[in-house]
Amino acid sequence: MSRLAVPKTYKLYIGGAFPRSESGRTYEVLAADGSFLANAALASRKDARDAVVAARAAVSGWSGATAYNRGQVLYRIAELLEGRRAQFVAEIEEAEGVTRAVASAQVGEAIDRWVWYAGWADKFAQVAGNANPVAGPYFNISVPEPTGVVAIVVPQDSSLLGFVSAVAPALVAGNAVVAVASERFPLSAISLAEVLATSDVPKGVVNVLTGSPAEIAPWLASHADVNALDLVGAGALDWISLEVDAADTLKRVLRPESGPDAAAPALGRIAAFTETKTVWHTKSLR
Amino acid sequence: MSGTSLVSARERAIAVLGGEPDDATLRRYLHGIAGVDAVGLEQRAAGLGTRSIKTSSKKWALDRIIELIDLTTLEGADTPGKVRSLVAKAVNPDPSDASTPRVAAVCVYGDMVPFAVDALGAAHGDPDDGLISVAAVATAFPSGRASLDIKLADTAEAVAAGADEIDMVIDRGAFLAGRYGLVFDQIAAVKAACARPDGTSASLKVILETGELVTYDNVRRASWLSILAGGDFIKTSTGKVAPAATLPVTLLMLEVVRDWHLATGQRIGVKPAGGIRSSKDAIKYLVTVAETVGEDWLQPHLFRFGASSLLNDVLLQRQKIATGHYSGADYVTID
Repeated sequence: MSRLAVPKTYKLYIGGAFPRSESGRTYEVLAADGSFLANAALASRKDARDAVVAARAAVSGWSGATAYNRGQVLYRIAELLEGRRAQFVAEIEEAEGVTRAVASAQVGEAIDRWVWYAGWADKFAQVAGNANPVAGPYFNISVPEPTGVVAIVVPQDSSLLGFVSAVAPALVAGNAVVAVASERFPLSAISLAEVLATSDVPKGVVNVLTGSPAEIAPWLASHADVNALDLVGAGALDWISLEVDAADTLKRVLRPESGPDAAAPALGRIAAFTETKTVWHTKSLR
Repeated sequence: MSGTSLVSARERAIAVLGGEPDDATLRRYLHGIAGVDAVGLEQRAAGLGTRSIKTSSKKWALDRIIELIDLTTLEGADTPGKVRSLVAKAVNPDPSDASTPRVAAVCVYGDMVPFAVDALGAAHGDPDDGLISVAAVATAFPSGRASLDIKLADTAEAVAAGADEIDMVIDRGAFLAGRYGLVFDQIAAVKAACARPDGTSASLKVILETGELVTYDNVRRASWLSILAGGDFIKTSTGKVAPAATLPVTLLMLEVVRDWHLATGQRIGVKPAGGIRSSKDAIKYLVTVAETVGEDWLQPHLFRFGASSLLNDVLLQRQKIATGHYSGADYVTID
């Protein structure tokens, strides 16, 4: 007897839960050959607002965790991804229409980047921070601190690797993230959210919106409670006006990147979403 | 402002009850009131909460919510400085927008009343005149576990210090034990202690602490009892007990107020307090008031929100409407 197909409904990931879009809207996600793959939620501006609220609530806990602990949590994601490797490979094969080998290579690269960024969690402060030489009996120490809530338009031409490459570095320093997934390939992002939900990442630290970046990004760019905007995957949007909107509330902004090296692993992506705090401390009271 | 006069309240109670307000008469009367249909009440409240209030209506609602707020700080750690900053916020809720209305009152502990009065200065007065009242919690708030003498002294001191409104707690232990006469007498005595030397009287809000009354029937009885004893306002909660204000409980109390108004023509106020933190929730309360007792009740002498964090959320919503983009906690005060 043949079984009835059980198609999966892909929802949003906000505050550790998987809600449907507040608007009730969905859109069809098509496979590379044009056939129907799944329905995904078409997020509205209110979903973006809710995601920012969830992210804001998560900042203090995540940034307050020790760097070592954050590294462990990020590494655990890589472990879980490895365990669900087959699911991601199959999803990417279908969505992008690539061979199993190519899909497998993408998943492998994505896992490797989690591991690479996880390793930096308790090390980047040594590189980005400094004990500054000053003319006086003081220690003068600069340390990088997380910027806060980072909104990210992830690379649009990749299922998993682009998402990981954009989201992982923002998490390293202790930021909370609202990520707008690829419009064409949103499914791996939500599957990754399921991995995050069952790992040790506190709720609200990563929030994933699927739908139209052109619709959602302006609301995130102008949102006064978003501290930084990563436009790495916003090349096809009117990103200059997004940058102008972001300037109104003095957000840090990363500009779009394109090509195969977009969002390549770099310490600069971690440092981009940090603020340098410099403190003076007396050396001694002679 | 002045509340109802005490003598007329007692006479009316005797007329309504058909006898002296002792335990037996009150018990006969209060237990004769029809029971509450809990499922119907909650369904009605849920239905009222589904109205979609948008654009210009929402703008109106947000401003009205601010005008109905008793901006509250009731912490053991309160200081004169905290009260002064609360008053500054009450007078000028959003410094970035001068069109923001003022709140109705600040609500503080009795010993903080002088500091609130002092900080308000010329802004102290009747909310109907665009000024801000001072409300003080009294009678051994929040538990109410003290002797009557202490409760009365607590009340008289706050009134003497300049409080316009007294938020008293009922003795829930006595109420639940069925000693309705005692509760009645205490409310009447506190009401008497609200009198000022010049013959006017501070308005009396009676806190039922619905979270401790357990059943809707008890809430309805306590509401009737408080109104009969001379309360000018009935208030849901102290904010120190969970659950605090809920929409069904507030709806139930509004229904009592409506029935009392139909029976006697007197208008009693309602104050939900505790747990109302978002504009969305507050708007549900406005809808419930308008649909139950009428829009007339949406004024500071007949309806209040006891809240502290609600004001910030309303300000964020106002800023969203004014600027067209979402605002954040960095743009309102930390309280």
